[in-house]
Amino acid sequence: MPEQTHASRAPGVTFIFKKALISALVALVLFSLMIGIRTEAGPSGQLIYWTRFGDLASMVAIVFGGSIIVELLRQWLGPADTIRIVPQRLQQGLAIAGRLVAPLLLIFTFLVPVIFYDQRYILDLGILVLTYVMLGWGLNVVVGLAGLLDLGYVAFYAVGAYSYALLATNFGLSFWVCLPLAGILAAFWGMLLGFPVLRLRGDYLAIVTLAFGEIIRLVIINWQSLTGGPNGVSGIPRPTLFGIPLTPADDGLAARLGIEFSPTHRIVFLFYIILAMALLTNWVTIRLRRLPIGRAWEALREDEVACRALGINTTTTKLTAFATGAMFGGFAGAFFATRQGFISPESFTFQESALVLAIVVLGGMGSQLGVALAALTMIGGFELFRGFDQYRMLVFGVAMVLLMIWRPRGLIGHRAPTVFLKRAQAISSDLVKEGHG
Amino acid sequence: MSTENILFVDHLTMRFGGIVAVHDLSLTAERRKITALIGPNGAGKTTVFNCITGFYRPSGGTMRLTHDDGREVRLERLNDFRIAKQAKVARTFQNIRLFPGMTALENLMVAQHNALMLASGLTFLGLIGAPSWRSAEKRAIDQAKFWLDRIGLFDRADDAAGNLPYGDQRRLEIARAMCTEPALLCLDEPAAGLNARESAELSALLLAIRSQHGTSILLIEHDMSVVMEISDHVVVMDYGVKIAEGTPQEVRDDPKVIAAYLGADEQEAIAVMESGT
Repeated sequence: MPEQTHASRAPGVTFIFKKALISALVALVLFSLMIGIRTEAGPSGQLIYWTRFGDLASMVAIVFGGSIIVELLRQWLGPADTIRIVPQRLQQGLAIAGRLVAPLLLIFTFLVPVIFYDQRYILDLGILVLTYVMLGWGLNVVVGLAGLLDLGYVAFYAVGAYSYALLATNFGLSFWVCLPLAGILAAFWGMLLGFPVLRLRGDYLAIVTLAFGEIIRLVIINWQSLTGGPNGVSGIPRPTLFGIPLTPADDGLAARLGIEFSPTHRIVFLFYIILAMALLTNWVTIRLRRLPIGRAWEALREDEVACRALGINTTTTKLTAFATGAMFGGFAGAFFATRQGFISPESFTFQESALVLAIVVLGGMGSQLGVALAALTMIGGFELFRGFDQYRMLVFGVAMVLLMIWRPRGLIGHRAPTVFLKRAQAISSDLVKEGHG
Repeated sequence: MSTENILFVDHLTMRFGGIVAVHDLSLTAERRKITALIGPNGAGKTTVFNCITGFYRPSGGTMRLTHDDGREVRLERLNDFRIAKQAKVARTFQNIRLFPGMTALENLMVAQHNALMLASGLTFLGLIGAPSWRSAEKRAIDQAKFWLDRIGLFDRADDAAGNLPYGDQRRLEIARAMCTEPALLCLDEPAAGLNARESAELSALLLAIRSQHGTSILLIEHDMSVVMEISDHVVVMDYGVKIAEGTPQEVRDDPKVIAAYLGADEQEAIAVMESGT
């Protein structure tokens, strides 16, 4: 009986009670000013305030009760007990289901434009989710594989977007010519960032990358003659299908195929472009993991000193990780520019970096499927709650806390080996290092 | 003589601020022989190791390594990873430094990084799955399999290195160093924490590495039974200077060594030295 197994391990009632009491006390201190006292400017400008002790009491009570529930749930569903409670057959079923998730998700993604052809909103959301999946996979190379904490990833997204926007509007180059150029330029900037931060680790690395992201944004805002400053770049050309534009014009795709023009054609086209780009990112990353460079990245995350003792050039290894991650960011940026048709520095704030990093961390660092699932939940879930505008952040916060409790290493925390003799065994997240610089 | 010795350390000095960890130390390591570096705690043995393997840049002195083909490498001029890559000096660590989240096999594959990097055409050939890369990878796996078999971990190849028992981790670290195909293998206390049976296995492994692979070994060790059994030459350090050297037998009978090891208490020193026989 499961009840008996955890009853023997469970800490006593007093422990739970004490913990709940402490949480309630913290909540009381925090909420007493935020909720307990309401201030407002009066009719003649003076400050008036009134107290809301009833609301305060209910909030503290919620925290108290919630803390007890969380603690109880934690004992019943905690990671240590999962294996014991969940029956063997269910576990096997889950394992099979787990293997099917990725292919099913892929098939579904391919069919999205077919199923939701009439629903522009879903298609747009799908494009958005896929963009973040690609960004997440790109950052995963740097953070998940090489273990280098990068808080300025949006800089490469911006470099890619502006590379395409400026090359296309100034020189009239097409999207397909600019796409590799945007990737190369972003990779170049990744290397430039890489050099000064090679000697930094952990917190210091994070701060410098954060600053780098801001520097790129500030340069874009202030270099008005080139980038148009805060006004951004508009009139960015749309992508073409081998030179055939997707417009209602006479030489457009619809006219050539002899079908009626619909603006949805372009959306579907964009959907498949970003899907192909994301899958390319995924394929390259999976390939790289099995190549010496990918193994060196992971070894670097595990133990840098040992890498040096084995004759691995840690400098170039780190630089290639930065450059590879940045290149995918640049590709995604170029796509973003061609999809929007207009870009401005506002799209490349720190919040974007934080969001992409959150996707990678929530997904489980290093796990491709985990990152995709996290992007789907974060971006898709965020949109789902658009109706409940006020509670969106609240739900988001609660979800984060729950995830921290049950899945501290992300949705898919274990690591799959890159090579095996007999059987590929998943490696527990307890053994895998997060990297420290 | 130059072809007889693989490593010449001349007048090596290492200072950390005002502290002189190693002072004017000269030693040689013979080719295809096992040279042991022993001494009490804090004698500066690991500092010498860190200088030889490029983790420290020595304050003074020279270190020359001559390869089988007569090529001579000045170790103090190389740094960091280049010692392992160009001079072919591999090392293990006092506190084991495996890649715990990677499997035993992966650990051995990482060790072959430089050779595989070339074979994969700096990743580009590998990315498109060129046949030359595939065969190179297969050879690397065979090499790893050979060493896994050698250290008796073939059945645990797919287990995470961090999950292996302590003694297995020690042997895996040695196998990983050997996968870099070193000319000189530096082992920092390989027998630390091993039980008597594991120590005996380790001795056998090191002797086999020396005789079958022709790798020269330099080791730091506290376990006198291992040192006395396998060493061809022993160098004794104390307070950063060399106080004695010679065959295990000579060193064991040296009164200076006995005094250094246990200060004034000669009886106890003799007891320790005797335990090694």
